[in-house]
Amino acid sequence: MIHEEISTDSRTRRTLSSAARVLLALKVDGPLAVGLALTATYGLVVLYSASAESTPMLVRTVLRLLLGIIIMLAVARISPNLLRRASPWLYGLGIVLLLAVAAVGHVHLGAKRWLDLGPIHFQPSELMKLAVPMMCAWYLHERPLPPRWTDLGILALIILAPVALVAKEPDLGTAALITAAGAMVVFLSGLRARTLIALLLLAVAAGAAGLRFMHGYQRERLLTFLNPEAHPLGAGYHIIQSQIAVGSGGLFGKGWMAGSQAQLDFLPERTTDFIFAVIGEEFGLLGLALLLLLYAFVIGRSIYLAMQCPDTFSRLLGGSVALTFFVYVFINAGMVTGLVPVVGVPLPLVSYGGSSVVTVLTGFGILMALYSHRKLMG
Amino acid sequence: MSPVRIKEHWREQRIFNRRAWFAGALMLLAGLAVLGRLYYLQVVRQHYYEVLSIDNGVRTVPIPAARGLILDRNGEVIASNRPTFDLELTPDEVPDLHAELAHLVRLGLLQQTDLPQLIRAIHSRQRFDTVPIRLDLSAQEVARFAVRRYEFPGIDISPRQARWYPFGKLAVAAVGYVGTISARELAHLNPAEYAGTAVIGQTGVEAAYETALHGTNGYRQILVDALGRPVRRAGALGKELHFQAPVPGDDVILSLDLKLQRLAEQLLKGQDGAVVALDPWTGDIIAMASSPGFDPNLFARGISEKQYEALVENPRLPLFNRALRAQLPSGSTIKPGLALGALTEGMVDPDKRIFAGSAWHLPGSGHLFHNAAHEVCGWVGLRMAIIMSCDVYFYRLAFKMGVDRIGAWLPNFGFGSPTGIDIPGEQPGLAPTPAWMAKHYPHDRGWYPGDTVILGIGQGKFLTTPLQLAHYTGVLAARGLSFEPRLVTGLRNPRTHQIHWKRPILDGNLTMISPASWKVVIGAMVGVTTNRRGTAYWEMINSPYPIAGKTGTAQLTREQANEVGNEKTGPENLRDDAWFIAFAPAQAPRIAVAVLVEHAGYGATGAAPIARKLMNAYLLGSNGKLLPAAPRGPYSEPRGIRPRVKAGVDPTLTALQRATEP
Repeated sequence: MIHEEISTDSRTRRTLSSAARVLLALKVDGPLAVGLALTATYGLVVLYSASAESTPMLVRTVLRLLLGIIIMLAVARISPNLLRRASPWLYGLGIVLLLAVAAVGHVHLGAKRWLDLGPIHFQPSELMKLAVPMMCAWYLHERPLPPRWTDLGILALIILAPVALVAKEPDLGTAALITAAGAMVVFLSGLRARTLIALLLLAVAAGAAGLRFMHGYQRERLLTFLNPEAHPLGAGYHIIQSQIAVGSGGLFGKGWMAGSQAQLDFLPERTTDFIFAVIGEEFGLLGLALLLLLYAFVIGRSIYLAMQCPDTFSRLLGGSVALTFFVYVFINAGMVTGLVPVVGVPLPLVSYGGSSVVTVLTGFGILMALYSHRKLMG
Repeated sequence: MSPVRIKEHWREQRIFNRRAWFAGALMLLAGLAVLGRLYYLQVVRQHYYEVLSIDNGVRTVPIPAARGLILDRNGEVIASNRPTFDLELTPDEVPDLHAELAHLVRLGLLQQTDLPQLIRAIHSRQRFDTVPIRLDLSAQEVARFAVRRYEFPGIDISPRQARWYPFGKLAVAAVGYVGTISARELAHLNPAEYAGTAVIGQTGVEAAYETALHGTNGYRQILVDALGRPVRRAGALGKELHFQAPVPGDDVILSLDLKLQRLAEQLLKGQDGAVVALDPWTGDIIAMASSPGFDPNLFARGISEKQYEALVENPRLPLFNRALRAQLPSGSTIKPGLALGALTEGMVDPDKRIFAGSAWHLPGSGHLFHNAAHEVCGWVGLRMAIIMSCDVYFYRLAFKMGVDRIGAWLPNFGFGSPTGIDIPGEQPGLAPTPAWMAKHYPHDRGWYPGDTVILGIGQGKFLTTPLQLAHYTGVLAARGLSFEPRLVTGLRNPRTHQIHWKRPILDGNLTMISPASWKVVIGAMVGVTTNRRGTAYWEMINSPYPIAGKTGTAQLTREQANEVGNEKTGPENLRDDAWFIAFAPAQAPRIAVAVLVEHAGYGATGAAPIARKLMNAYLLGSNGKLLPAAPRGPYSEPRGIRPRVKAGVDPTLTALQRATEP
């Protein structure tokens, strides 16, 4: 008996260590991968309910996840030096593609966001979510930190050029996320506190000025956020219905597939931007707390990995991946619960659709590449 | 010159780490903010949002209560409910609209010509809202569709409750009708009570007893999605849906006797007029007819513009309820009442005879007031003056009494104000009461003695409705007891079949009239039908029971009369209106009748035969003998006639309830 126990124990240990060897060979970080996998699985369970038991949607999401994982694994094998050297080229390619979108883009739902590449529709703005922080990190890599004012000016140009093109599509959500991704690099590069505050004030002023140039529906969203009950059936409908869904879920939720707000279509965009509310309604505060815990683990692990990186480029880019992921989560959760205005930001790894899953996983692939190749770096 | 800056590896690592920790702290704060917000929404305000979410998805669908029946005194149903079946189409569930509609045309359930309009109506609705495409299917049509139902996805038969008057126009003057609820009526209703109710009582008993007949609607809750589409498979969501069964309305029992009512309408057929027959000891109306009538089913079904216009523009005014609303001079029918007044006030000695020629000369003026046919009455006392309806005698009597006394006396019989019948729409008539005189002829300015004189024969400033005249006849029959006329005697609970009987309302007793006076006047009214000189002698000859009656001829206005001769010679629409009032048996009356036939000339020939046939039908058995009277004194409770409706449940009602339950 005892012998056998020892042998099972050692077999387990052997299995684990062999798994670790595989992960090492794949350049994959085990804990992060587990965190991502749990989050994605949770997302699939919720999506099944939110989509009214739609198998096709589930299959498509699994396929997208698989594509994302493959890309993540591939990217994880790329050496950070190559990534760094490729950064300006990727950035340049992104700018060219965005200009192409502006020129010959595919119009869908009133927005010009897609490039029609035969079988697939490609959103160059997704590429920019990664290319902009890479470019920022590349720019700062050669320069001493913290950056000087002239550096900041150039970084602002690097960030705002694609942001302006994306905002013009119009796609305010993605523009905000690209800005955030770039800004995170700058933030992590160590601005002085007073510079940071000055920049924040500048951003607020720019935002107020930007209000004048917003599209009608964008401005309305923002104003509606401030007073949703003024438009109960108009633009305020999203906010009110999502808060009803979340609030009525209570502590334990109404049960899987038993959320009336979600199942009876009262909750708009329930498989995409408002899937957070479905979790709140069906699994309650505990379900949401579990999800937030998973996200916290993923973000915490990511920051830890970034901190382990030996060079500035890797740290800044890795940190940006982690913080941008947080921004996704925070904006989405804040939007659904009424803390921030309604902007079309998906809940990462849970919301249905689009290239965002692939982008997110690619980002984590980069992070893993930066971390797992650290011993090869000078 | 700025100092040369070189990259310091450890410094940069330190800066990054500090920033990362700082960011971590910020994210923790942000995460706590989200959690705090969630705590507020999901714990603090959970109940509030739960109520909102229930409001969102749960729709309350009303279940209309079955409307109460209306029964006559024998339990015969005058107004009932009929399950009707409509074809309903749900666009959302129809794969090929045009093909299915064409198929229905081939089955003979739709008309080809209706299709374009129907298709437009279907397209104007929400795709999941059912649209009625054919109303009121016959039993054969229901069967024809039912066997082929599987060929028509999205089309189904839907039951509905409709008001149904099985005898058509019979008793419509009393029962009234229901019609669709207008926007104006809706404004005065409690929308919660009338949710799901399609019709509301418009006139007659249907309107007066709307609350009792209507009942209390029930409801059931169903789940709907954000587009308002009912959710069929509620599953886990359908656990807490409520259901409240409707409470059917009370059945209303009328005093009408449909046998007599049918006869009254038959006798008036082809003529314009009205009949009101009542029980003098209770005010119960036994028959109330207005001719020509109309079919109330037209309104219950939903009258078309064209049909309504035809009714309104008909010169015979079928919608005009003459029994309640026709205000006409009473003619000589007022004479017994005036005689009672004069006797009571001591203005006349019943035994004193005076000579009455063919006309009476108003003292102090050049005016002559003629008998109706310029005949000479001769030496007549009060009795004979009533029997032969001597106008000259009553000109003199009215002049002697004066307008003040006449005006003060007429309200004793209910003239000049509504009788208080328990259905709406009654007209008050007109009587020159002191109050009315003070208002219209202050200090008698503009009132001429001649105006008083013609009051003596029920002309001039004196108008009555057939109902008022019947009420007056009843007061004469009951020797001064005045009961409020009424149609509804009781309400029956449709479930327990318990009946709540209503007590008759005694609203006056003319105790100041002495028995001797009653004897004189009622004796004279019997003389009208039995004395060879009586105005209704030939019409009432050989009656097996004594009848007290009085004829009347309501003359047209003086202007009209001057243009053409009145009576029977002129054009029909300018002839006099014929009245006849009667009660029988004279010594112990069971029925009092007032008959109006417009433009029929003399009351005796125009109206009296109708009254006689009605009284015969009411009082005589099949052997031609007087039926025994129900044992009852003047102050008795209403007769305990129980409607002869089988105990148990009305089959039409249960069918309907089954169809509306979930």
